[in-house]
Amino acid sequence: MASRLWATKAASYLRISVPYRGFATGTWTLLICLLPTNAVIKDLKYADSHEWVKVEGNSATVGITDHAQDHLGDVVYVELPEEGTEVTQGASFGAVESVKATSDINSPVSGKVVEVNSKLNDSPGLVNASPYENGWIIKVEMKSADELTCLMDPDQYSKFCEEEDAKH
Amino acid sequence: MAVSQTRNLGLPLINLLRLKGVPILQQLHLEERLLRTSSDNWCIINDGTIDPTIVMGVSGKPQELLEIESILRDDIPVIRRFTGGGTVIVDQGTIFVTFICNKDTVPGLQSYPQPIMSWSSLLYKKVFQGIGDFRLRENDYVLGDRKFGGNAQSITKNRWVHHTSFLWDYEISNMGYLKLPKRAPEYRQARDHLEFICRMKDYISRSSFIDSTIEAVGSEFLLRSAELEDAHCTLGSKFEPSSRLLRKQELGEAIFKSLTASQS
Repeated sequence: MASRLWATKAASYLRISVPYRGFATGTWTLLICLLPTNAVIKDLKYADSHEWVKVEGNSATVGITDHAQDHLGDVVYVELPEEGTEVTQGASFGAVESVKATSDINSPVSGKVVEVNSKLNDSPGLVNASPYENGWIIKVEMKSADELTCLMDPDQYSKFCEEEDAKH
Repeated sequence: MAVSQTRNLGLPLINLLRLKGVPILQQLHLEERLLRTSSDNWCIINDGTIDPTIVMGVSGKPQELLEIESILRDDIPVIRRFTGGGTVIVDQGTIFVTFICNKDTVPGLQSYPQPIMSWSSLLYKKVFQGIGDFRLRENDYVLGDRKFGGNAQSITKNRWVHHTSFLWDYEISNMGYLKLPKRAPEYRQARDHLEFICRMKDYISRSSFIDSTIEAVGSEFLLRSAELEDAHCTLGSKFEPSSRLLRKQELGEAIFKSLTASQS
């Protein structure tokens, strides 16, 4: 589990997908030792409840961050909303189950769900293995791009995670 | 969500709600409402529930977890609850203890599954001090290598609930309604239910357990006694809990799914 986690983090940092259940080997090992504890991807925005959003035009793709999946543990179930559901910034739209706990997933933006990642029904572990790519959760047609100003950029989010972990 | 706490001597306030024989579905609805619509901290102790009832976690699949034909034959209710985790069968021999807290209530506690479970295990360690070999083992409460309590959690943005069903006593025949789960902790080592669980009554009396639990809670919180009416007063009326009773039709369909899966 630990070596798989490091491989995932290396891949995420370098924006490269790895196969689910990939393991760190040889060439990756040195790079992995130099990487930060939880990967944060450039070009995304982040909520203080540890969701990320990738905006392309007025379409937003949403998932949970590497920090979140790391702290939650192995995800065994994802409760997905139905397409067409309205979501509100900061409000819960679904949940993940891990280690006997359901944890809310909150939407970083308001709008309408236009697509859900149905692969998560059979492969909930994609949220752990590829939190920023194959583990995406919903796509939203955004109501207003103005809401993005409430979210953190990658550097702010990294600092937020460090401060949160330092408090506990 | 606004955080409401009063501190006395540095301890956060918690409402202690003592119930007896409240039906488990009613308890789950109350918990979910308090989680989502209250800003207070709550400790709920329900001493037994009237009728034997099966309670699955949020993602439980009846065809994988339950002996459905027996359940339908004997008219045993099956509930899907709002928290994660596995399947239990509860009755008047079960003692329920629930904590519902704001995320900043316990100093230094991150509201993620493992930290919350570790915190709860330290609290219960006080209860079982000198009584049995209590520990948290792969997310189960055990005495020795036998499980005696099923616990589960639900975590929102600003609050969390951790609830436990303790097997003070149980009916051997009731365990026959549950299949061996596919997802099981390693320490279970494929033992069937009767080899895997133990009765708390072999270690501690019912009243001692409840009193010791309240004392342990009192060492971390300032207790305020509450009545059921107090809990209902604080609730928002619009929220609809998700824990529900499965219909017989759903259980019947699960049998069909199971037969189809075995033939494919």
